[in-house]
Amino acid sequence: MSIHVTDINKQFGAFRALDNVSLDIPSGQLVALLGPSGCGKTTLLRIIAGLEYADSGRILLDGEDASDRHVRERQVGFVFQHYALFRHMTVFDNVAFGLRVRPKKFRPAEAEIRKRVTRLLDLVQLGWLADRYPSQLSGGQRQRIALARALAVEPKVLLLDEPFGALDAKVRKELRRWLRQLHDEIHVTSVFVTHDQEEALEVSDRVVVINKGKVEQVGTPEEVYDNPATPFVASFLGSVNLFHGRVDGAHLHVGEHALHVGHDHNVTDQAIAFVRPHEFDLLPVDSPEGGLPARILRVISVGPTAQVELARLDGELVEVTISRDALSVLGLREGDNVSLRPRTIRVFQGERLAA
Amino acid sequence: MSASIALQPGALARYETPSTSEPAWIKVTLITVALTFFVIFLLFPLGTVFVQALSKGWGVYLSALTSHDALAAIKLTLITAAIAVPLNVVFGVSAAWAIAKFEFPGKRFLITLIDLPFSISPVVSGLIYVLIFGAQGWFGPWLAEHDIKILFAVPGIVLATIFVTFPFVARELIPLMEAQGAEEEEAAVVLGASGWQVFWHTTLPNIKWGLLYGVILCNARAMGEFGAVSVVSGHIRGLTNTMPLHVEILYNEYNYAAAFAVASLLALLAIVTLGLKTLVERQTRKQISESQKPSES
Repeated sequence: MSIHVTDINKQFGAFRALDNVSLDIPSGQLVALLGPSGCGKTTLLRIIAGLEYADSGRILLDGEDASDRHVRERQVGFVFQHYALFRHMTVFDNVAFGLRVRPKKFRPAEAEIRKRVTRLLDLVQLGWLADRYPSQLSGGQRQRIALARALAVEPKVLLLDEPFGALDAKVRKELRRWLRQLHDEIHVTSVFVTHDQEEALEVSDRVVVINKGKVEQVGTPEEVYDNPATPFVASFLGSVNLFHGRVDGAHLHVGEHALHVGHDHNVTDQAIAFVRPHEFDLLPVDSPEGGLPARILRVISVGPTAQVELARLDGELVEVTISRDALSVLGLREGDNVSLRPRTIRVFQGERLAA
Repeated sequence: MSASIALQPGALARYETPSTSEPAWIKVTLITVALTFFVIFLLFPLGTVFVQALSKGWGVYLSALTSHDALAAIKLTLITAAIAVPLNVVFGVSAAWAIAKFEFPGKRFLITLIDLPFSISPVVSGLIYVLIFGAQGWFGPWLAEHDIKILFAVPGIVLATIFVTFPFVARELIPLMEAQGAEEEEAAVVLGASGWQVFWHTTLPNIKWGLLYGVILCNARAMGEFGAVSVVSGHIRGLTNTMPLHVEILYNEYNYAAAFAVASLLALLAIVTLGLKTLVERQTRKQISESQKPSES
């Protein structure tokens, strides 16, 4: 089932949680709402679910206006950050709940409920925990049960609010891979909220980047990572180095040095540019290609790549990631002077600066 | 993973080490002071009630309890509690639900208002009803015209008792429900449960021990209330006397053995209440600590 969000506004007192948000989520996709905490992403999810009402705007589910439809009738599955399992019920009863509360004529027979719950528990690979209580489960297990419970009512849309937020790093990684596989199996339109860019980029088909109640960019993980539409997206997805400067034509002037930016830009006095740590070449000082002079402060050579921390002449820090092989070929050490040359540079000028 | 190895949180912290324990003489002094105080001010008076009640033997004791007026007082007390407690349960649960799960203007004010009966003297509570329903009160003439008796009759006693026992259930439930949050209810609604199903299947099981605790306290107060009831009762023997009022009347008539016999019933009620309270308290604490358990494990 597709989801269309049109012109949603939501205000909490003086705080503007959502500012004219519009969004299309095609059927069958797994979409991440990504943004810093307090950006309105959870509010948007709750409005789609019907747990919160928008001040204005519409929610269309499958093309039909669902803005005034009660949560009960929206046929959504919702997974809460803190699981919200019914603590006095066994795992089995938790999963069966949605089927058992149905009005009599829509309620499956108990044998059918048993079959469906068992199948769901197998789907989340926790059939052996059916008789346990939530307090006896680990966080990862609880979240999987919560997911099974949400799926039991065969929702048209699955909404997940920071589903892995309360889990430790290792379990989180396992569980998000598992969520992706599960989605590929059942293909229900899913939206999940996260503030973890790695999670959003790894799991989703499409990423919606939200900041201060506004949608900054919508795109595939590659699009938003490689071609950020706004400075916010550039700085929020992955680590970046920031340069302030002046643009004329194909060059960005940072202090008295010029960097080649690829294609022509308007001439402006103010521009900011982003370069990701792995997009730098380290060259010997005074190399013909030019670049920013900098001094190596620290080299952290652990793992597959080396982290190099440098200081520009004006004292600003720059972070560079290069392969350990390249580092040893160059023979660079702490205290050496080098020239920094970005291979890719993203320049933002004018009104996009303000965004 | 096995449930049997779960450690009681804080179980380790209870072991004493020399660095955290006090010298023996301090312990002994503190315990002696506490025990002396407890014996003089609590145990001794409680014992006196039973000693006095039985001072003229079991025969007098039993006849005091089975006299017509005493039975009427016991019956009235039970009726009053049977009306006031359920009403306050309904009110307390709905107020606690509204306060803990929703945001609305005037919420702080409502919480303060719930505490009102705790903060004003019971005599004043009684007088409020005299002012409203008395012969010179707002509704007095109208009630007299329609031959409805509220003051100096059972309805007045019930009203005064409800007023005085108003806060017990709500006060008990508000912190519990606030600690539990609304997520489970939201989960139930999303899964398609109706309002009643949400209450019955998620809210009630989560608050049942706290609710029972509130009911026990509410009941104890409803049966033991003196001040407010005394003002509105009119002290008509065999008609509008509750047990505490009956005790007072007997005592004023120098009928000590009978007075203490009825009082011993109230004392027994208190002891039973305390026992139940301890049991339920243990369960409530378990429920709260479960609801506050960190979600990761």
